[in-house]
Amino acid sequence: MQIKENPTVYDAIIVGSGAGGGMATKVLADAGLKVAVVEAGPFFDPKNPEQQTQLKWPYESPRRGAGTVRDFGEFDAAYGGWEIEGEPYTRKDGTQFDWFRSHMLGGRTNHWGRISLRFGPLDFKHKDVDGLGDNWPIGYEDVKPYYDKVDKLIGVFGSKENLPNEPDGFFLPAPKPRLHELYYIKAARKSGITVIPSRLSMLTKRINEDRGVCFYCGQCSRACQVHADFSAGTCLIFPAQKSRGQVDLFVNCVVREVTTNEEGRATGVSYINKEDRKEYTLKGKVVVLAASACSSARILLNSKSKQHPNGLGNGSDLVGKYLHDSTGSSRAGFIPDLMNRDIYNEDGVGGMHVYSPWWLDNRKLDFPRGYHIEVWGGMGMPNYGFGFDVNEFNKFFGLPTGGYGDQLRADVKKYYGAVVGFGGRGEPIALKDNYCEIDPTTVDQFGIPVLRFHYKWSDHERKQARHMQSTFEELIHNMGGEVLGNTPSAEQDYGLAAPGRIIHEVGTTRMGDDPKTSVTNRYQQLHEVDNVFITDAGPFVSQGDKNCTWTILALSMRASEYIVDQLKQQNI
Amino acid sequence: MDRRDSLRSLLLGSVAGGLALHGCKPADNEIADALGTQAEEHLFGRTPEEKEQIAKLRAEAFFNDHELETIVVLASRILPPHPEFGGPVEAEVPEFIEFMAKDIPELQTTLRGGLMWLDHQSNTQYGIEFKGATEDQQKALMDTIAFYDPEVRGDERPLEIQFFSLMRNLTVCGYYTSKVGIAELGYKGNSPNVWDGVPQEVLDKHGMAYEEEWLAKCVDQSRRNETAEWDEEGNLLT
Repeated sequence: MQIKENPTVYDAIIVGSGAGGGMATKVLADAGLKVAVVEAGPFFDPKNPEQQTQLKWPYESPRRGAGTVRDFGEFDAAYGGWEIEGEPYTRKDGTQFDWFRSHMLGGRTNHWGRISLRFGPLDFKHKDVDGLGDNWPIGYEDVKPYYDKVDKLIGVFGSKENLPNEPDGFFLPAPKPRLHELYYIKAARKSGITVIPSRLSMLTKRINEDRGVCFYCGQCSRACQVHADFSAGTCLIFPAQKSRGQVDLFVNCVVREVTTNEEGRATGVSYINKEDRKEYTLKGKVVVLAASACSSARILLNSKSKQHPNGLGNGSDLVGKYLHDSTGSSRAGFIPDLMNRDIYNEDGVGGMHVYSPWWLDNRKLDFPRGYHIEVWGGMGMPNYGFGFDVNEFNKFFGLPTGGYGDQLRADVKKYYGAVVGFGGRGEPIALKDNYCEIDPTTVDQFGIPVLRFHYKWSDHERKQARHMQSTFEELIHNMGGEVLGNTPSAEQDYGLAAPGRIIHEVGTTRMGDDPKTSVTNRYQQLHEVDNVFITDAGPFVSQGDKNCTWTILALSMRASEYIVDQLKQQNI
Repeated sequence: MDRRDSLRSLLLGSVAGGLALHGCKPADNEIADALGTQAEEHLFGRTPEEKEQIAKLRAEAFFNDHELETIVVLASRILPPHPEFGGPVEAEVPEFIEFMAKDIPELQTTLRGGLMWLDHQSNTQYGIEFKGATEDQQKALMDTIAFYDPEVRGDERPLEIQFFSLMRNLTVCGYYTSKVGIAELGYKGNSPNVWDGVPQEVLDKHGMAYEEEWLAKCVDQSRRNETAEWDEEGNLLT
């Protein structure tokens, strides 16, 4: 026997330990089941001094935090990035899709922005409004009870606002706005833009005895050593390990495929252990794929058998199709009123304290679907890039730019904290022709065929980005500021970020009631294989202008409770 | 004294010693060699692969001693030592620039070519390399390349201006990301605290105020350790 077989038969094998896999682990283990969690990266706990980047100073790094190795800077918590050595992906027909992967326990939840927004009623049924894309087979009322439970289990701060498509939840209290955010509130209102406290999954107040309370270092992207922000490892996997179920972690193990039997049902997974580079198999009654929308699609497409010649659950030929990422465009401005600031600690939580949900009616606009506005600024910790073009803003005052000597010291302090920036994050229209598939010419270092992407934005997204840019310019003018850089042109897609860059990729195994037009059913169960479920963002039909994580969590909880129920009833 | 300390004293000496090194070519690359053997830094969450990659970069030498000495002199003119906090040498700016030149190889030609440009100009005009020229001579040379036209794209500016901008960027960044630079800047964060809003005097100065309605949604920091409980409508009870 060359492939090493583990004799244990698990109730469930969960592939991936991010938001979707973490939640499945928690729910299944709480139900007393025996689960295996297979994670491609190493064990990670931000409490471990050897892995901690929180509260480190830039000078502890020889590159002062530069992003040479980690894309978001050396202190960012994510292991991985846009490119991973030995694990390529390719692109087709001159199109672009950039794929961010983070291989570690907790996956990308270790560094994400913790922006935790519920989808609203409209977000599940937007086709009814504008005829574009498809409706979800489920609606807000189906997911609401799970959002409620997620809020209480994990913790999210925010405020009750009674906005029609921005459902309220069980919120912890919000932090007070910072100075530049007070400027933003004023500017936004001047333009009739709604502005409310942001909704981020950080504990501004205690929720249980296991996790600490936020101590306002502003570094959630580095993952919190007192577990006061949401990461799937710290908030789901670790508690699951203490539950009545059994959780076996298989870290540094890369899943190649789902194994099947003569009837075409799943029997488990095969994986490569990175440490000895040998192939292993695990057996399970149920397989839960939560490796990320694209990685799970890849596993399905690579799981070919006599019964599933087109890949597992791919009779519809839709696995990998309808891939879509949020739209994104950003802009910054220099605000003279924020020059020569008094210096005090305004690190706050690791993200914005206020934001703007979508506020307009698309019937009066030349694009469908909305976007929300994220705000940044303030007197942050200096890091690589700090002090570059230190007195560039002198140009706004007719003063020379550049120079040397003690004047530079004065310039650093004059302009410190005087820049405010905006990011728009919007809803794209999911298209069948935006997809990932297996590249028949390329394998990774584990011999697993890799993904090839084909993705093009349409004018829907481009026009939305153009609107973002004009909004941002208006906001900066309202703040009495100078817009930095030129307005991006049509040739530059109006500053629309390349697909994948916002790291909200969803849709590759979309759910539906018709097996011909969808991959999973409304419980995220493959139409064609009843003991395989997908609990990452693959089953999303669309994604609203909301960041996808809170919905991944709610839907994973919902699907996992269904799995428990089906196992109990011996249906699977 | 270990090699790292001896490097420090060499670097300090090249500034404090009144730049007496002019004209002589170092017989070996002692400073550059020492840079490659710096002591292990504090832990800052590196994976084993990342540690290895940092060690590999450290073991390589990019600049020779003359270049490093010139960097020390130039950086100290760009940001003269502050009597209380120190300057680029205390901030380990030369070490930072050496590391970045290896970490981002695209910087190498601009940096090395720019240093040669400085020496060539200095040799031509004053008959002496830049690091040995007088302060007035050095400044006269720097004045020709220290200012740039912000209307011209960075990569379309003359190389010597690009070089000086890069040196200024790395010097200012290296200094203000160092312990001494952060102390001088007065940055107050990166430490556990409780955020409870903008100080009143700052609000007053900016003509800003918190609205009652907004504050009602914000955390009462005196109750942050009370476990959250809600009613069925999602109203926080604690």
